[in-house]
Amino acid sequence: MSPQYVGKDQQHESAHLHVSGEARYIDDLPEPKGTLYAAVGISNKAHALLKQIDLTQVRQAAGVVAVITAKDIPGENHLGGALKDEPVLAVNKVEYIGQAIFAVAATSVEAARRAVLLAEIDYEVLPHNLDIRAAVAAGQFVLPTKRLERGTASTAIDQAPHQLSGSFSLGGQEQFYLEGQIAFALPQEQGYLLIHSSTQHPHHVQEIVATVLKRTQKDIVIECRRMGGGFGGKESQPSFFACIVGLLAQKTGKPVKYRVDRDDDIMMTGKRHCFDIGYRVGFNEQGVIQGIELDYASRCGISADLSGPVNDRTMFHADNAYFLENIAIVSYRCKTNSQSNTAFRGFGGPQGMMGIEYVMDEIARQLQLDPLAVRQANFYGKEGIRDCTHYGMQLEDNIIHELVAELADTAQYRQRREALRVFNQTHQGVKKGIALTPVKFGISFTATFLNQAGALLHIYNDGTVQLNHGGTEMGQGLFTKVAQVVAEELQIPLEQIRCTATSTEKVPNASATAASSGSDMNGMAAQAAAQILKQRLVEFLAERYQVPASEISFQAGQVRVGTQAAMSFAELAHLAWFNRISLSATGFYKTPKIHYDPRTMSGRPFYYFAYGAAVSEVEVDTLTGEYRVQQVDILHDVGESLNPAIDIGQIEGGFVQGMGWLTTEELWWDKEGRLRTYAPSTYKIPVAGDIPERFNVRLVDKKPNREATIYRSKAVGEPPLMLAMSVFFALKDAVESVGHYQYSSGLNAPATPEAVLIAIESLKKKVN
Amino acid sequence: MQADATRNTLSFMLDGERFDLTHIAPTTTVLNFLREHLNRTGTKEGCAEGDCGACTVVIADLQQGQLRYRAVNACIQFLPVLDGKVLFTVESLKTPQGLHPIQQAMIACHASQCGFCTPGFVMSLFALYKTEAPPSRERLCSALSGNLCRCTGYRPILEAGQRMHVYAEHIPSEQQTAVSAAFGSSLGEAELIQQLQTLNSPQSLYFEYQDTSFYAPTALQELADYLVTNPEARILAGGTDIGLWVTKQHRDLKQLVYLGAVAELNKIAKTTDYLEMGAAVSLEDAYQALVAEYPELKDLYERFASLPIRNAGTLVGNIANGSPIGDSMPALIALGAQIVLQQGTQTRRLALEDFYLGYQQKDLQAGEFVRALRIPLAKPKQYFRTWKISKRFGQDISAVCAAFAVELEQKQVTKIRMAFGGMAATPKRALQAEQALCGQIWSESAIEQAVQALQQDFQPLTDMRASAEYRSLVSANLLRKFFLDVEAKL
Repeated sequence: MSPQYVGKDQQHESAHLHVSGEARYIDDLPEPKGTLYAAVGISNKAHALLKQIDLTQVRQAAGVVAVITAKDIPGENHLGGALKDEPVLAVNKVEYIGQAIFAVAATSVEAARRAVLLAEIDYEVLPHNLDIRAAVAAGQFVLPTKRLERGTASTAIDQAPHQLSGSFSLGGQEQFYLEGQIAFALPQEQGYLLIHSSTQHPHHVQEIVATVLKRTQKDIVIECRRMGGGFGGKESQPSFFACIVGLLAQKTGKPVKYRVDRDDDIMMTGKRHCFDIGYRVGFNEQGVIQGIELDYASRCGISADLSGPVNDRTMFHADNAYFLENIAIVSYRCKTNSQSNTAFRGFGGPQGMMGIEYVMDEIARQLQLDPLAVRQANFYGKEGIRDCTHYGMQLEDNIIHELVAELADTAQYRQRREALRVFNQTHQGVKKGIALTPVKFGISFTATFLNQAGALLHIYNDGTVQLNHGGTEMGQGLFTKVAQVVAEELQIPLEQIRCTATSTEKVPNASATAASSGSDMNGMAAQAAAQILKQRLVEFLAERYQVPASEISFQAGQVRVGTQAAMSFAELAHLAWFNRISLSATGFYKTPKIHYDPRTMSGRPFYYFAYGAAVSEVEVDTLTGEYRVQQVDILHDVGESLNPAIDIGQIEGGFVQGMGWLTTEELWWDKEGRLRTYAPSTYKIPVAGDIPERFNVRLVDKKPNREATIYRSKAVGEPPLMLAMSVFFALKDAVESVGHYQYSSGLNAPATPEAVLIAIESLKKKVN
Repeated sequence: MQADATRNTLSFMLDGERFDLTHIAPTTTVLNFLREHLNRTGTKEGCAEGDCGACTVVIADLQQGQLRYRAVNACIQFLPVLDGKVLFTVESLKTPQGLHPIQQAMIACHASQCGFCTPGFVMSLFALYKTEAPPSRERLCSALSGNLCRCTGYRPILEAGQRMHVYAEHIPSEQQTAVSAAFGSSLGEAELIQQLQTLNSPQSLYFEYQDTSFYAPTALQELADYLVTNPEARILAGGTDIGLWVTKQHRDLKQLVYLGAVAELNKIAKTTDYLEMGAAVSLEDAYQALVAEYPELKDLYERFASLPIRNAGTLVGNIANGSPIGDSMPALIALGAQIVLQQGTQTRRLALEDFYLGYQQKDLQAGEFVRALRIPLAKPKQYFRTWKISKRFGQDISAVCAAFAVELEQKQVTKIRMAFGGMAATPKRALQAEQALCGQIWSESAIEQAVQALQQDFQPLTDMRASAEYRSLVSANLLRKFFLDVEAKL
């Protein structure tokens, strides 16, 4: 029987609520009488000792009900995991502009925000540093340096016919979820505390709040129906906001809500890591890499947060789609006086890939080859030939050759490349560029224990179903996909299934909805729960009607019991209930096959890989550096899609987000260490007019996942972001046409119009 | 101001219900009123500075007897500016018959993911839906220039915009309402016009709340007199800057005087010599008139803020604000615009560039205000271009804004004006560069001389928008670009 509910362009389960404004986000929840509103006082020095904190005027301000500092924290004053290196509220010193020092609860949002401005804080300013290389030189790290080596990189480079070395810088990125960070605490009886938190990881919030409030996890419930975007920025970061409302609610006994102002959100919370990447590479006449040394140094901010696994993923993705036989990677996790950087879609992977793609591009120019030819020459092989990653994982599902060949063909990459080179010869003020870049992205949490998920399924005696799982909905369509899975298993229409808010009360100890693993893991857990219930129903019917189980079938809301009986699913549910059959089950899933030794950084950290490729064409104004992305063609692998409409949405959205990262989104700190691009007026994510008019996205046809994932689908959340690397290299191509493709432009990311113009001017000087 | 001649109730319509408010802080934003007072939470706060569009609502009013629908940012609009108008929010669109055609199109195109920005997009599309026939992609991008989405990558939203009118046709005529009816239908219009006429009052609005006051005079002289006696009063026009003083800086604005109700200030007049824009003319209206006169302003117009900001903000506000990075000033200075200032019954005129004395300092007396702006009409032998350079094409603040106007007689420069924004503490003419070109033959070498002189004119700063190096480089290149542009036309 072919699937009825999965594989369809099912609309998002909340679409009708989104468009009508009826979808409730946390700030839209009705507030009980007496609700208080929180605001936080933040540091305005990048590094300083706190000599004195005078909050007299804050306490006296109109509407203020409670004020807390680190001293008022009953439990442990830290947000971090194992390292305990980041306080909730600063003690004795501050290490970045935006660090929280104290919090207030007041009778209105305005009163709270006004009050925090009245603090008088006496700082003793200390030297601060935001520079990655300075941190490396000074040995300032949040975590120890890691190395990953295979073969003999240094010798292989030296012995290769050609060598190149260089470095480039890669900016970070603000998540810019449209719904800012928010938490709303509602004290219940006997110390029980309900917190609505806009979070990708309710259990983490529960764990941290319990620790900070000196409670246990059974006392804290974290709930999240939906987020207005997450992108990784709501993986570890929401625990701070939840702690603040938790502390203030515990202190006052009142409901407390903390909706942070956008500016403060950007000033306070972590972002995508910026990197400085150095390389030394040796290669042959075809551009095949013989040996490579890569040095990845990242700006982690003041604490480790998720920087460990983020930088690990950078190391794992230093190969992208390429076989690097002799490789030596060094990864520096630098401590800087800035926001503690965190997860962001791709989780370090994009930066790892940008390193190797930059090298590919440089090799191609050095050899005067088409960069695509160099990329193809370096692709991983298949079936035992050049198919083992530098961390010892055999590539079993490599489809990059055929995928890229098909895209190059359908997008007419080579013809267009020739045509635009002719164009560039005859045009001075405008130059065009094109690039095709591949993506291979590993799916699973690299920390093996996180690859587990749970679901809870209830069938009511009217035949309707409530579905719950540990995954969170941030817009990616997870709830829709998992509901499709349950509909498929039980053969009931989606209207009969209600997805309920993610809650630590329903599924305990759930992992973050992250690492693109949401539908893979929660889909499997929900499927398991549905299969358990279905099995019970089948056994019940088999016994009742004395028919073999094989003659019982479920289809489109109807149940057929051999030739003896037929009934609707609702009738069956009622009958089963009446006959005392349990209609509630939990489902559990743990990703198979994966294992990984963090000490040696080897094993099989990923269950499988997702593949894709994109061609981008750009046009650059050589007098201003401004540019337009004119055409984008994408071919992306999602296995057997659970929902092609949602998957295409993830691909388009991820691509545009990645394009923003590499083009207009610039994080800029001033000399005092203040982030000055802290609002949408100065931090520029793409708008509708920035996307290419010709934007062709296709899914790889008929390529089921070779692993037994949910309906043989593949994860899609993160991989498409990296398709946007093609935009950066198309810009680099256009820029380098100014130097007749003879010189490297040294273009850094983000390739703002300024970066582009400065690169163009440097080439003009070389040519003249 | 005469107390007996004013009314103290601000009135507007929402979903057929009339709101008459007398006791509310004048700086209450429309967004907070909706969310906190009415519990209408469909309209979202994304940034509280008019840059993300999650809070977009639509205001309808009458312009020359015609209904006009405009999208604005509720987060920075103060409630009293709704006086005499009809407000639509996302909740207004859904009817007992079901979802609005825009909402249906959005669902069908999978145009929402997290959904937080969606109500704002729906409302921007609603204003467009009521304003024109099925829009082109270009028009859609313009209408959506103030709406940020971080999930979808916009493609499906643009598709929904292109399909919304199709869904309108699917609604049976007996189920159509004033809200669901698309542009071109007069359904429900009469009723709406009647509501607006009922709301319309010739009386000035004045009310006090605690220690604050709000005054919206309807006559120019009332305004002028009030400012003479209350020179501390803060003039409010579009609120696109002052709104942020409240939402971001938490400043107390004790005394607000609003220009929007003064009929004389809402006028655009064209004489034989110049265009005159009253102080309350919106950026959108002003730029449409300017582009009609100077098609070279089209690029700047399209890149100027976003449509909701242009709908609310005023051209005179943009120049009177005195920001060194206002987008309009270089072009207006290059064109030789003048401002008309009024203080009591006295008026005076000033070349726009003379208005700026230093950073955030203006030639403005106590109780004096900018009444209007005069822009000379296009001259036959004048070549004019202006460019805005910013990180992002749409809705960004310029790193550099440049404008050039040259008059040539047989390739000889008889007159040249060039002005720059983002290069100094005020918008400024490049006098040395102008001098280098004046009287010269229009040639590449003369331009290169001027480029050298330009380096003397400005010592730009480095900030988050651009480095000093880029500003210098791009300003010189824009002069070169202007040269190439004129050459192509000669």
